[in-house]
Amino acid sequence: MSDTATSGVQHCFQLKSASVSMTALELYYFENDEFEDTLRDKISQAPGFFKDIPLIISLEKYEGLSSELDFFKIIGTCRRHNIHVIGVRGGNDDQRRMARGAALALLPGGSQRDRQVDTADSNATAANEPTEAEVAAPVAAAPAEPAPARIISQPVRSGQQVYAPEGDLIILAPVQAGAEVLAAGNIHVYGPLRGRALAGIHGAQSARVFCQSLEAELVSIAGHYKISEDLQDHGWKTAVQIQLRDDLLVVTPLERA
Amino acid sequence: MARIIVVTSGKGGVGKTTTSASISTGLAKRGHKTVVIDFDVGLRNLDLIMNCERRVVYDFVNVIQGEASLNQALIRDKRVDTLYILPASQTREKEALTREGVEKVINELSETFDYIVCDSPAGIEHGALMALYYADEAIVVTNPEVSSVRDSDRILGILQSKSRRAEMGQDPVKENLLLTRYNPSRVEKGEMLSVADVEEILAIPLLGVIPESQIVLNASNQGLPVILEAESDAGQAYDDAVARLLGEEREHRFMSAQKKGFFSRMFKGD
Repeated sequence: MSDTATSGVQHCFQLKSASVSMTALELYYFENDEFEDTLRDKISQAPGFFKDIPLIISLEKYEGLSSELDFFKIIGTCRRHNIHVIGVRGGNDDQRRMARGAALALLPGGSQRDRQVDTADSNATAANEPTEAEVAAPVAAAPAEPAPARIISQPVRSGQQVYAPEGDLIILAPVQAGAEVLAAGNIHVYGPLRGRALAGIHGAQSARVFCQSLEAELVSIAGHYKISEDLQDHGWKTAVQIQLRDDLLVVTPLERA
Repeated sequence: MARIIVVTSGKGGVGKTTTSASISTGLAKRGHKTVVIDFDVGLRNLDLIMNCERRVVYDFVNVIQGEASLNQALIRDKRVDTLYILPASQTREKEALTREGVEKVINELSETFDYIVCDSPAGIEHGALMALYYADEAIVVTNPEVSSVRDSDRILGILQSKSRRAEMGQDPVKENLLLTRYNPSRVEKGEMLSVADVEEILAIPLLGVIPESQIVLNASNQGLPVILEAESDAGQAYDDAVARLLGEEREHRFMSAQKKGFFSRMFKGD
């Protein structure tokens, strides 16, 4: 009510800016059956997360022919798996025209965030990367509105899965062996982490995992993971944080202040 | 209204039926009208341990399917007259335990009994889910070894997500840990998890520790609930557990290997 007080008229709606984190499907080439097989495989790895999520088709790394691209097939296949394709990112004029024809939204091309990482990670090999990327980097670094954290106060038991699709996941209890916790952002476990923890599942490389006792079966950040065997040498059974540095998971102790 | 207690574990062979028999006998001996239901359709055992296998006429599934009345199927225990047994069917399919059917039987029992003890089958399949669905309280039977602890953890997760209390958003099912087959001297040698280890992993209150004992096997074979072996350590440990279940404070016993002298004296006596 108070929002519209200035104009004195109450409108049917109001437009507000919103910032939502979304999953992008980075398409390299398109072949219908293979696409569906791969999609099914990805979903089977984490059934539940993909249910009814919005999806963006990213064409920045598309190398196939434009004529092979069939958005109707992509939309149909995704629909069958309860995934909603809402738009495309990047792509050339032809591809974007086809996307518009399939009633998809067009998002500004070139994920600066990704390029920023690319250039930072491999300055030498990124010679063909346009220099604008670096110029654009500060824009991308502007912080988005934080998504709400999901807070769990019960133990996450073997066989259970807890998922924070947008922000951080905070667990005030043990995560047991055989349990799985996943978040788009950071994962905090105020208790022993004995199960699997996957942070930054939509690709946020800055995501971290914090826990009071590292006893995990697997820790993953933005798809880079370490299994229990590889975690034994650093900070096992102590309070640690785990972050991604140069595509490697680094475990550091949480020092008491 | 009866209090519904499920005895469950996930893993098989850890002592669920032995525990169901002893806990229900213990509750009944204290004057509470108690019924123990065998949910293990197809692998009926409770009647053997309760020594009433020769008196089974109708079973749980018969009652669910309306082929017999509850009074026809209930078997009255010969030793404790406030205790009744509802045996499982040995011949039917597990799917015969429908949610509505189980609810009907439990509601009817609730009218006359103080405690309903549900002896769950192993696993996390239909029978186990039915056994825990209506529970107010759970006794999670665990052996001091990692696979049993893991399975108990799994069952605890199911109790807090798939029970009626969870589905209705009521107070959660009360959890109790009962550690069975505990052998303090093997714990000292590092061959078994300690009570503290298991408590630390599962993070639920400890109801009791039942020491590993030849008496348990003998009693089972004779069709005698261990709790009635009042002289034995396992029998006393079950008695303590029943007391704690009813809210009494009792110190935990039989958790250290100091009893060795006592054991060896006993075996020499044999």
